[in-house]
Amino acid sequence: MTKVTVAKEDAATSDELVVLKSVNKHFGALHVLQDIDLTIARGEVVVVIGPSGSGKSTLCRTINRLETIDSGTIAIDGKPLPHEGRELARLRADVGMVFQSFNLFAHKTVLDNVMLGQVKVRKADKKQAEEKARALLDRVGVGAQADKYPAQLSGGQQQRVAIARALAMGPKVMLFDEPTSALDPEMINEVLEVMQQLAREGMTMIVVTHEMGFARSAANRVVFMADGRIVEQSSPDQFFSNPRSDRAKDFLSKILHH
Amino acid sequence: MFDFLDKYDVLGAFWTTVQLTLLSAVGSLIWGTLLAAMRVGPVPLMRGFGTAYVNIVRNIPLTVIILFAALGLKDTLGISLGSDVVDTSNFRLSVLGLTVYTSAFVCEAIRAGINTVPVGQAEAARAIGLSFTQVLGLVVLPQAFRAAVGPLTNVLIALTKNTTVAAAIGVAEAALLMKEMVENEAQLLLISAIIAFGFCCLTLPTGLILGWVGKKVAVKR
Ligand SMILES: Nc1ncnc2c1ncn2[C@@H]1O[C@H](COP(=O)(O)OP(=O)(O)OP(=O)(O)O)[C@@H](O)[C@H]1O
Ligand SMILES: [Mg+2]
Repeated sequence: MTKVTVAKEDAATSDELVVLKSVNKHFGALHVLQDIDLTIARGEVVVVIGPSGSGKSTLCRTINRLETIDSGTIAIDGKPLPHEGRELARLRADVGMVFQSFNLFAHKTVLDNVMLGQVKVRKADKKQAEEKARALLDRVGVGAQADKYPAQLSGGQQQRVAIARALAMGPKVMLFDEPTSALDPEMINEVLEVMQQLAREGMTMIVVTHEMGFARSAANRVVFMADGRIVEQSSPDQFFSNPRSDRAKDFLSKILHH
Repeated sequence: MFDFLDKYDVLGAFWTTVQLTLLSAVGSLIWGTLLAAMRVGPVPLMRGFGTAYVNIVRNIPLTVIILFAALGLKDTLGISLGSDVVDTSNFRLSVLGLTVYTSAFVCEAIRAGINTVPVGQAEAARAIGLSFTQVLGLVVLPQAFRAAVGPLTNVLIALTKNTTVAAAIGVAEAALLMKEMVENEAQLLLISAIIAFGFCCLTLPTGLILGWVGKKVAVKR
């Protein structure tokens, strides 16, 4: 296994939105995040890729502190992650998260799913929250489903609702953890299109995905993880056509030859 | 054949049973929910308290708890729950005892309900910035209650029958009346049948109605 020193991002970028410095995390004896340094600029779209168990989900989850870290620092928009309480809740509202398994609130309608955070966290007026929710649902193409319950929607529709729910908070950055892995093939594109549109509109995004089409067309940078480390990062073209590390070559040969 | 009933206030006794049941049900629903919240909460001290409470209380016979309320709380410590009238005070102590006891079972029914809610939903709720209490109150508990209607119905039916233990400290509910009638009358079988019928009149509709409610509110997944 070769370890490749990662080329530092342009030092001149003052517009750093997400900054991780020497982040370490263990699950018991397992060192799942090892000295992670990662900086994401405002408006940047970063795809995180790597073998199963390499720590991609854990990385995502530490960024809004669904997982705590053992050492190192994580800062969002210049502010270090708060530890608990109100401050942390406010920060989480600024960081949108989309999960592999959608995780819509099953007892609430689609519309209520998208309104809940606006009303309860942002303390928005109900009427305005509903307007915004409906507009977002239209934008992700599920406006007609607003009054249904999540179980009545297809996976692709549910995931688009989940994206709308996250967007409703007006997040500074969106995290996607394998948003299309639980979807039937014919539904993958409808979700990727929504994400692509978001990327074009300038949303800062961290996306764990193995969808190379998306990485090539939407990502500014690909980060390759293996065994809890960032092994390599470069532009999508560079990464997919000419990976430097053996781990990446090995990994790509496995996912490409399927 | 039913003439002897004129001497007894059967309806009054069952009305006391109903009151014991309803007041204890409300009390244990509230306290049981709080216990469940403690048991799934992030504070270790509260989790420990909730766990200890449930494991201790549900292993003590109800009779012991009710007797403790009368003998320990009232006679020894002088806590009569705001009434000097013996009957009223014993009624209130019974409600307290029944609530203390039943909430352990309510807690477990709700905790089982909480376990039917996928963890991912609680994470998604945290991820949009809801606080622990909001996650619990807005996302987890509403679904937990719906899933717990069945188990809670069983708890309620058990509670209805458990109110008979209040007879041990002289609360004039159905079982005490039965004891009185059995002592004074000859129609033992008939008396038993009447009391049994009375309880069925309370519990059967409870089961049917809540069974229907449970289906109605079930969360589709
Ligand atoms: N809560 C947890 N407790 C203990 N170990 C965990 C926990 N969550 C993850 N792990 C372990 O940490 C490692 C990294 O997990 P992670 O989910 O971050 O990997 P991943 O890169 O997202 O993998 P995948 O592609 O399968 O989603 C795995 O070995 C996993 O088993
Ligand atoms: Mg993962």
